[in-house]
Amino acid sequence: MKLGSIVRTGLVAAGLVASAATGAFAQAGGTIKIGILHSLSGTMAISETTLKDVMLMLIDEQNKKGGVLGKKLEAVVVDPASNWPLFAEKARELLQKEKVAAVFGCWTSVSRKSVLPVFEELNGLLFYPVQYEGEESQRNVFYTGAAPNQQAIPAVDYLMANEKVQRWVLAGTDYVYPRTTNKILEAYLKSKGVKQEDIMINYTPFGHSDWQSIVAEIKKFGSAGKKTAVVSTINGDANVPFYKELGNAGIKAKDIPVVAFSVGEEELAGVDTKPLVGHLAAWNYFQSVKNPSNEAFIKAWQTFTKNPKRVTNDPMEAHVIGFAMWVEAVKKAGTTDPNAVIDAIVGVSVPNLSGGYSTMMPNHHITKPVLIGEIQANGQFDTVWQTPGLVVANEWSPYLPDSKDLIADWRQPMNCGNFNVVTGKCGGKGK
Amino acid sequence: MCLSRPFGGLLSALALLLLVGTAHAADLAGLVANLTTGGFGDRETAIGALAASGEARAAPILEALGAGQLYVRPADKAVVIGKPDGNQLQLSDAITGKPAGTATEGELQRVRINNRLRGTIEAAVGSLTLMSPDTRVRREAADSLFKRRDPSALPALEQALAAEKDAGIKRAFSEARASLVLASDAPAKDKLEAIAVVKERGDRDAMSVLQATAAQASDGDVKAAATAAVAAVRQTQAAWEAAQNVWYGISLGSVLLLAAIGLAITFGTMGVINMAHGEMVMLGAYTTFVVQEIIRTSAPHLFDASIIIALPLAFLVSGAVGVAIERGIIRFLYGRPLDTLLATWGLSLALQQAVRSIFGSSNREVGAPSWMSGAFQVGQITVTYGRLWIVVFALLVFVTLMLVLRRTPLGLYMRAVTQNRPMAAAMGIRTPRVDALTFGLGSGIAGLAGVALSQIDNVSPNLGQGYIIDSFMVVVFGGVGNLFGTLLGATALGIVNKFLEPYAGAVLGKILVLVFIILFIQRRPRGLFALKGRAVE
Repeated sequence: MKLGSIVRTGLVAAGLVASAATGAFAQAGGTIKIGILHSLSGTMAISETTLKDVMLMLIDEQNKKGGVLGKKLEAVVVDPASNWPLFAEKARELLQKEKVAAVFGCWTSVSRKSVLPVFEELNGLLFYPVQYEGEESQRNVFYTGAAPNQQAIPAVDYLMANEKVQRWVLAGTDYVYPRTTNKILEAYLKSKGVKQEDIMINYTPFGHSDWQSIVAEIKKFGSAGKKTAVVSTINGDANVPFYKELGNAGIKAKDIPVVAFSVGEEELAGVDTKPLVGHLAAWNYFQSVKNPSNEAFIKAWQTFTKNPKRVTNDPMEAHVIGFAMWVEAVKKAGTTDPNAVIDAIVGVSVPNLSGGYSTMMPNHHITKPVLIGEIQANGQFDTVWQTPGLVVANEWSPYLPDSKDLIADWRQPMNCGNFNVVTGKCGGKGK
Repeated sequence: MCLSRPFGGLLSALALLLLVGTAHAADLAGLVANLTTGGFGDRETAIGALAASGEARAAPILEALGAGQLYVRPADKAVVIGKPDGNQLQLSDAITGKPAGTATEGELQRVRINNRLRGTIEAAVGSLTLMSPDTRVRREAADSLFKRRDPSALPALEQALAAEKDAGIKRAFSEARASLVLASDAPAKDKLEAIAVVKERGDRDAMSVLQATAAQASDGDVKAAATAAVAAVRQTQAAWEAAQNVWYGISLGSVLLLAAIGLAITFGTMGVINMAHGEMVMLGAYTTFVVQEIIRTSAPHLFDASIIIALPLAFLVSGAVGVAIERGIIRFLYGRPLDTLLATWGLSLALQQAVRSIFGSSNREVGAPSWMSGAFQVGQITVTYGRLWIVVFALLVFVTLMLVLRRTPLGLYMRAVTQNRPMAAAMGIRTPRVDALTFGLGSGIAGLAGVALSQIDNVSPNLGQGYIIDSFMVVVFGGVGNLFGTLLGATALGIVNKFLEPYAGAVLGKILVLVFIILFIQRRPRGLFALKGRAVE
């Protein structure tokens, strides 16, 4: 019967498809899985979604080059939704269930602190691409973002030297990164002779949207006759109403400059930047840096996302570097086993996107140049100053009493993240 | 003063030359070339040289440099000023001012500056534009000189002060003169007079100047006078600050009112706990975004009216979604408040994810129309137009809603159904229809709130989450179902929050307000103004 023959053809076709699929699945046993642990919803989605996209592009490009150790890479994307405990659950899912070889993820320090115990327990690898407060060096984590001496301290130095700033407002979101960074900056400023009454510290919750009072406070603090600047560690989408309110209140960058550590091209994409021209950010990379490798990267990125206006930013570059280092280390070790990779990755050097090289140091941080940029009317940054060379990260701040005697070195035989040079013992204050 | 610009510039140049007494044979082309070469330090020197040169073109060139509109054309190394015109730049030669064709931004090299240079340029332009025929330009010049306190501008300023006819500008000039005198080496008597003038001005910038004087003065009398002036100004400022906080409280209250008033209707008259209310607000904000996108691409001249156009659309969109929710989900769950709560909570997550899938999870840019940008001063309070219009809008919405409830048939049916449902049904009122329309009305108003909120907050799928808790707080505090209670509750909570914030910080302030409401509810469970309605039992 006609119907029967149709049904039979359908079944045969389905069978072929199924076998092809199982064939693919059989091949799937030969892939290396990479975990991507970034918030795709919630208050941090504004910052983290683009990192998931850049990881997909990097994996795609690596697969076009033949994958790693002859196997294709497979991306496993999870959404921890800006929910810090959920980060730990999702990390466990990636390591235990999906058995990923490495995880690229996290943004806020609270999310990183949440997942640390999981990575320690399951001996996973985490590549953390965001600038952070330091005071940490873990065996299972590679910090491809800036430590305070690669971002915060040079920014403060720039303001002191170039804009002759004497009064400081340290404004941050209320969690560990701004609190610790402000502690370090306060100690640093005091060591440079700034008095307590010339420092104002202020914290707001995530997603804070009513900035009228705080901006008025900043205006008042800035009218004491001395040049004032704001050092902003505000994270997530609270930045948008903050900058809008600054614009509305008429605070121009030449009167009270604001230098931000968590505002990049991505966060400025939703703001009209004309009233913000001249405000600053400190990073290790800007999209506007002119050199061939950066231009090639931007072109590839805009082609991959099919959006000629899509911007690039510093944490994306950190992932580019981190991923390249992981690939190098795996090739060097000949396996994706975490212990082998951890031993192989120290000393690996890969090109960065600003024309130089970046090296993985024994403290699991990388060398980076520091760039200070001013916001332009088109949402890009114009580099106004940069370090002449690369800066090595000081993960244990020399300005805090608890950490000034600590160093980290994960090579054998020291193999310690917080070695106290004064007492000569591993496991000094803080972990 | 109907002097044309170049003539005015020439006059000031002549004045400078006369007073300074030297004849500068400045090579303008050379000075401009110095502007475009070297590092930021060299550029600062070049700016100073150009400003002191007395050339008529110095002011326009420096203004262009400050605005980021000074370029070098690589082809012939010509220095040009580029004014944006659509995608192109209209070029004019920097030295002669004559038109020099068009180009795109990519074809030219911008002469870069940093913040420090911006300040230097502002001061230089200030002293060069003192004789401009435009009142606003002269006032800006006076303000920038007041803030910059560069004593070298004194001669030019004295000249401008003597020639000034406008009373307001004359006062601005004399205040600027006083500020410059305090920064110079004038005798103590002059400085004491200057302190009195600056004290009269009494605002933030005056405070800056007085505090700097008090810190740096060498003369004992001057120091004492400056310190006393600082104390006096501080007192005035404290009073103005309290008034400023009241204004902030009112503006925060208006935002809370807009967000909560829709909830007052649905929660109040129907007893439905709608956790998706925040998403109605979010839909209104996204409607504004879509309207603006359409206008941006097809009818850019309508941009200023985009908010007005978005209002009825947002009302309809959110209202329609509200009616759909009521008919589709809530209708089956009347009398079961916990189930309604759970169902609407799930719905809010679904709506957020739907918007996220359509529009992406990052923020969307919603621009402010020109009549909502900027600010003006009332005494020493800065009032932003955006917030002012939101307060006006909130009151309008409130009054309209009251009228709808009191004067229209729908309002009558709504009140009837609230007070006595069986009797209203017996009177022939179609209660299911009234329920649906009430829910639609509440949601539609939330949509209107979304249009207003798109101006001050991020337009992202999470927009609603920031307002749902506050809305419930306002409604519970003010009295469920009572619009006046909502109005009072919103204003009170806004003002209390804003007064606490400077002392306790944003985080602690919010906690204290929450604790206060909890304690208040213990005393008066029905809120400020209780209303008999179909209670949530």
